[in-house]
Amino acid sequence: MSSEKSSEKKKEFAITKKELIKQKVLIIWTVVFVIYGFIFYYLPLVGWLMAFQNYKNKTGFFHSKWVGLTKFKFLFSDATFIRVIRNTFCMGTLNLIFTTVMAIVFAILLNEIRNSGIKKPIQTISYLPHFLSWIIVTGILNDALSSTGIVNELLKNFGLVKDTVPFFSIPALFWPIVTFAHLWKETGWNAIIYLSAITSIDPSLYEAASIDGAGRWDKIKHITLPGIKSTIIVLLIMNMGNLLNAGFEVQYLLGNGLVKSVSDTIDIYVLTWGISQNDYSLGTAAGIFKSVVSIVIILLANNTAKKFGEERLF
Amino acid sequence: MEEKVLDTINENIEEVTEEESKVKYYPPKKRMKGGDLIFNICNGIFMLLFCVITLYPVVNTLAISFNDGVDAMRGGVHIIPRMFTTENYEIVLALKGISRGAIISVLRTVIGTLLALAANALLAFIVSQRKFVFRSQLSLFWVITMYVNGGMIPVMILYKNLHLTNSFWVYVIPGMVSGFNMLVMRTYMEGLPYELQEAAQIDGAGYMRIFLNVISPLCKPIYATVALFVAVGQWNSWFDTMLYNRMSDQYTTLQYELMKMLSAVTSLKGNASAATTGQSVNITPISVRAAATIITMAPIVALYPFLQRYFVTGLTIGGVKE
Repeated sequence: MSSEKSSEKKKEFAITKKELIKQKVLIIWTVVFVIYGFIFYYLPLVGWLMAFQNYKNKTGFFHSKWVGLTKFKFLFSDATFIRVIRNTFCMGTLNLIFTTVMAIVFAILLNEIRNSGIKKPIQTISYLPHFLSWIIVTGILNDALSSTGIVNELLKNFGLVKDTVPFFSIPALFWPIVTFAHLWKETGWNAIIYLSAITSIDPSLYEAASIDGAGRWDKIKHITLPGIKSTIIVLLIMNMGNLLNAGFEVQYLLGNGLVKSVSDTIDIYVLTWGISQNDYSLGTAAGIFKSVVSIVIILLANNTAKKFGEERLF
Repeated sequence: MEEKVLDTINENIEEVTEEESKVKYYPPKKRMKGGDLIFNICNGIFMLLFCVITLYPVVNTLAISFNDGVDAMRGGVHIIPRMFTTENYEIVLALKGISRGAIISVLRTVIGTLLALAANALLAFIVSQRKFVFRSQLSLFWVITMYVNGGMIPVMILYKNLHLTNSFWVYVIPGMVSGFNMLVMRTYMEGLPYELQEAAQIDGAGYMRIFLNVISPLCKPIYATVALFVAVGQWNSWFDTMLYNRMSDQYTTLQYELMKMLSAVTSLKGNASAATTGQSVNITPISVRAAATIITMAPIVALYPFLQRYFVTGLTIGGVKE
């Protein structure tokens, strides 16, 4: 099969002797890029083998003892790891749902503003938080939610609470805070793509609808939303692959001893075991779990979209 | 000729106004107008709230950074400094970590962006060559890297073995080529008219000449987009410093130095025990922290409004499915 294919290819490039010589420079660069890619992207995959050894710094990769699935067995019997999976998955899902919905709502509402003298500045402001690092965003959040911060001040002024709320010491509040942080940072940025999808909808549809007496809501419901459906689905699938990657920095920066049980994610688990405790093999095993689950999720999402006859990634 | 055009335009305008006036006196439409008004008011309130929530924390930080330190600790400084001073900035800029971190941050942003731009552009050019023998294989090789990655530990061990840890180069070499940036550039290059390249080829230009003199000048907008993405990523990144250069002070970045400053406060707040036992933790005053935050965000915040056009196109191209 493959030989047939290659012979076909040869035929296709039958003139290639001369062409190949011309393409020499491209081929040389291709080799460079493949070597680079192999080292920085594919070699770490070879490192997955470490998960099946008892890797020690002293003995290195080639002389460490092979231990089979021991590390994975430990991992899945570790209550902390199970909890960490739950945290990662729940925070990832919350972020995905809320940031997607909010971005769509924002894009639609912004699109309804006809005056570009107002629209443009709002849009510019909405991008701002995306350009701030998580260090800055979590720092700002820390200040806003501190005992003297603006949120507590407002809550007290409106008489909603008597004592200051210690936001970062209440485990039940941690996930909502993380979700809010994502919303604050990315809503405007995520809306860009939906906005450009909205602008590519045929304007005559809206004209026809208004002649039929459709109001704003009707037009949004029956024209705008169906018009951007495929964009929404493609982005959802793409972001699902990142479900387990969602917000490791935030949890690391905002988490503290009091909320550890809900704030620790898979990545933080890897970091603690792999780097602080020097158990590289266990850290790698946890990393493999995350990568594999991510790929499975993206394939599942893609297939579901295919089944429903929707737009899909591949 | 011109008159004719004007006439038709006028006709069109008349038509439109006629239509509008017809609709205006159509009773159901009138009812809709009321609904539209409510919609507009609600929308306006929503947008106002959105802008306030987005801007307030940043403006507040700015106000505190220009406020006297002791006074700021009493709280209540909102959008205007109560006791104006530039002292906080003087303190921050005098800190060794901050000024050195700023230099490293600028260096990694400039060098990292230039290297990434050159590498991604060349790779995208190669993959966009429709006659190239290994075109699809090379493309697949890089697309796979977007979805599969080795994870933190194997990557760290790799960098250690390559002697990239405790060095400046860990910031710019490993992330140089990325599947996503390559795809965005490739899509743009494939959209250029092929005849241009063919004409150059007939004139005897080799592939490198075509890349440098024909394609690259036309790709300026997309180069700007990718440069912007990479530069923002470089400037804001801190985690690589923590993982790989934590031990070597001379390579820490501005973001990392800021994190050290801010996290001293967080850990104190989280560890109630540490606070009650009266452990002395070295806390930077809130106003100095605010000044450091402002310095760290300033370069990007000052630049991004002028570059909007570029990232909007970039995202739109990137969102097109591969």
